[in-house]
Amino acid sequence: MSRIQGMHVRQKLGSDVALLNGMMNVIVSKGLHDKAFVEERTEGFEKLEEALKNYPPEKVAEITGVSVEDIEKIAVLYASSEKSTILYAMGITQHSHGVDNVKSLANLAMLTGKIGKPSSGVNPLRGQNNVQGACDMGGLPNVYPAYQAVTDENNQKKFQDFWNAQLSSKVGLTIMEMMHGLEDGSIKGMMILGENPVGSDPDVRHVKHALQEAEFLAVIDIFLTDTAKLADVVFPGAAFAEKDGTFSNTERNVLRIRKAIDPPGDARPDWQVICDISTRFGLPMNYESPEKIFDEIAQVTPSYAGLSYERLESGGIPWPCPSKDHPGTPILHKERFTRGKGLFHAVEYRPPEELADEEFPILLTTGRFFPHYHTGTMTHNSPTLENEMSEGHIEMHPYDAKDLGISSGEDCRIISRRGEVVTKAIVTDVVEPGTIFMSFHFMEANANVLTNPALDPICKIPEYKVCAVRVEKIEAQASPELSAAASA
Amino acid sequence: MDLKYVRTTCPYCGCGCELLLETVDGKIISTLPSKTNPMNQGKLCIKGWNVHEFVQSPERLTKPLLKKDGVLQEVSWNEALDFTASRLQEIKTKYGGDSMAFLTSAKCSNEENYLFQKLCRVGFGTNNIDHCARL
Repeated sequence: MSRIQGMHVRQKLGSDVALLNGMMNVIVSKGLHDKAFVEERTEGFEKLEEALKNYPPEKVAEITGVSVEDIEKIAVLYASSEKSTILYAMGITQHSHGVDNVKSLANLAMLTGKIGKPSSGVNPLRGQNNVQGACDMGGLPNVYPAYQAVTDENNQKKFQDFWNAQLSSKVGLTIMEMMHGLEDGSIKGMMILGENPVGSDPDVRHVKHALQEAEFLAVIDIFLTDTAKLADVVFPGAAFAEKDGTFSNTERNVLRIRKAIDPPGDARPDWQVICDISTRFGLPMNYESPEKIFDEIAQVTPSYAGLSYERLESGGIPWPCPSKDHPGTPILHKERFTRGKGLFHAVEYRPPEELADEEFPILLTTGRFFPHYHTGTMTHNSPTLENEMSEGHIEMHPYDAKDLGISSGEDCRIISRRGEVVTKAIVTDVVEPGTIFMSFHFMEANANVLTNPALDPICKIPEYKVCAVRVEKIEAQASPELSAAASA
Repeated sequence: MDLKYVRTTCPYCGCGCELLLETVDGKIISTLPSKTNPMNQGKLCIKGWNVHEFVQSPERLTKPLLKKDGVLQEVSWNEALDFTASRLQEIKTKYGGDSMAFLTSAKCSNEENYLFQKLCRVGFGTNNIDHCARL
C-alpha cells in the first residue's frame, strides 16, 4: 500500500491514538475542520477540542516517531482533499486500545465531515470472507441476528416467540473467556464450526491446553486442523464450491455462493451437518435448502428483510435492505448516524501493554504474507501457493541483524514471555529498526506462540500487533544456502 | 464432456470477488475472475486464481471421525451423530446449557452461522457463541 500512495508515515507500534490526536490538533488549530458538519451532525466537540490541546505536533512527534512536518502535512492533506477515505485492517483493532483507535478514526472523519458521502468514511477491511455475515447472523455472545441485544426484553420476547423457545438474557462468553472457562471447569463442552483457534488465538499453548480440558469437543471442518486433532468427534463439511448459500462482504454486500461440484466422499454441507446434529440432539431442524434458511433469516433480521435469493441473482445488495422494493444501502450515515448525532469521544493515548525492555528489547508485530491466509488451513493445501512460500520467517531490519550477527536466511530463536520459536530471518528494511514482523500461517513457526493475550477492555480483542521479544543467534549453523536467494 | 461455469464468490478475504469455477465432469479445472463484477472487475489475487486447489486437495476429510482409545477413527454418520447427540444431552442435563460453548465461523455461510447460533441459543438456552472476528 505504502508504495502506491503519495505519502507514507510509519508511527511507532501502538501509538495510533497519539498520531490521530496530533492530526486533529493540527486540523483544529488551522481551522480546517468542517464547522457546519460538526455543528449540525455531531455532539461532544468541546470535550474533544479540550483533549486535543494535550497533543501538539511536537509532543506527538516524540510519542510516534513521525516528524512534526509529516504530522502537519498528512493532517492538511486529509482535511483539505475533497475525497478522503479511511481504510483500516487489524493494525488498528488488534491492540489493548483497539476501541480507542477506532473511536479516534471516527473522531477524525466526523471532525472533517468526511463521512456519509462517496469516497469517504471509516472503512474496516475485513479479513475473513464472511466475518461480516457471521456478526450479522448473531454469531456473537451479546446479540441476536442484526445486532439485536440479547439483554433487551423486547428482543428476547421476539425471538422466543419466533423460535418457540426459552432464551437467556445473559450475555455469553467471548472466545478467550470460553478458553478460560474450559480451564476453570465452568465450560464442559464445545462445538467448533470451521475455525482453528489452536493456530489463531494468542498464546497457542494456553488454547491447546484449554481445549484438551474439554469433556466433549466436536469440530466441523473440511480439513483435519490442529484444532480438529484434539476433538472427540470430527464431521467432514463442504467447501464453498460444494454448497449454496450467501456471504456478506466488507461492504455489507450480501453475495451468493453456488454449488459447482459435490463434496468429496461422505462429506456433507455444513448447514446439513448442523441440522443433523440438532435434530438428533432433540431440536428438530428441517430445511430443504439454504434458500429456505435464508427466508427465515429475512424474517428475523430487519436489515436483511428485503433480500431473497431471487433478488441476489443479479448481484450483491448491501444491507440495510428493509423491504422487497428497497434498493439496498451502499453508504451509511448519509443523513444521520444510527444514534442520531455523531458523538465525539475524547480519547487519551495509552501505550501498549508490553513495551520493549532490557530483557525483551525488540517489538514483534504480526500479520499475513500474500500467498497465505490465516492459519493456512486452505493455502497450505494449495500447491501453487505453497510453492510461493512454504515455510515461516521473520522480517528484520538490517541494523538489528547486524547487531545480532544474523544474516538473511539464517535461523534464529525468538523468545517472548509466553514461549519461543525458531525460524528463518529475512533481512529487509520493510520493517523499522527495533521491530520484527511475523505471520501466523505456519504452525511450526507461529507468531501466536509469542503474542500477548492482553485484551482491549471493551471489545476483548487481543493485542496481536505489539509484544516484546528477544532474538538470539543460533551458534554453529551451516552457512545458509538460501541467503542469497532470500535477500535478492 | 460436461463443461460448466459456475458463478460464485471467493472464500478468502472480505472483498467478496466474483469467480467463475470452470468444471468438467464434476471436477473444477480452473478459476476465472468475473469481468463484469464491480468489485473485482476481471482481477483476482494469487489466492483467488488458485482457489480450486484447496477444494480438491487429497487431504480433505471425507468421513466422520470418532476418537476411540485416543485415536480418531473413521465411522459412519449414524455412529458420529448418535455419539454427539448423547454427549450433548448428558452435558446439558448434568451441568446446564451455560456449560456449553460454540465457536461459529467467519468462513461459513450466513445460513450456516444462523443455524449454529440457533442451535446454541434454542438448544442450550445460552449465549455462549463467538467467532474469530477479533482474531
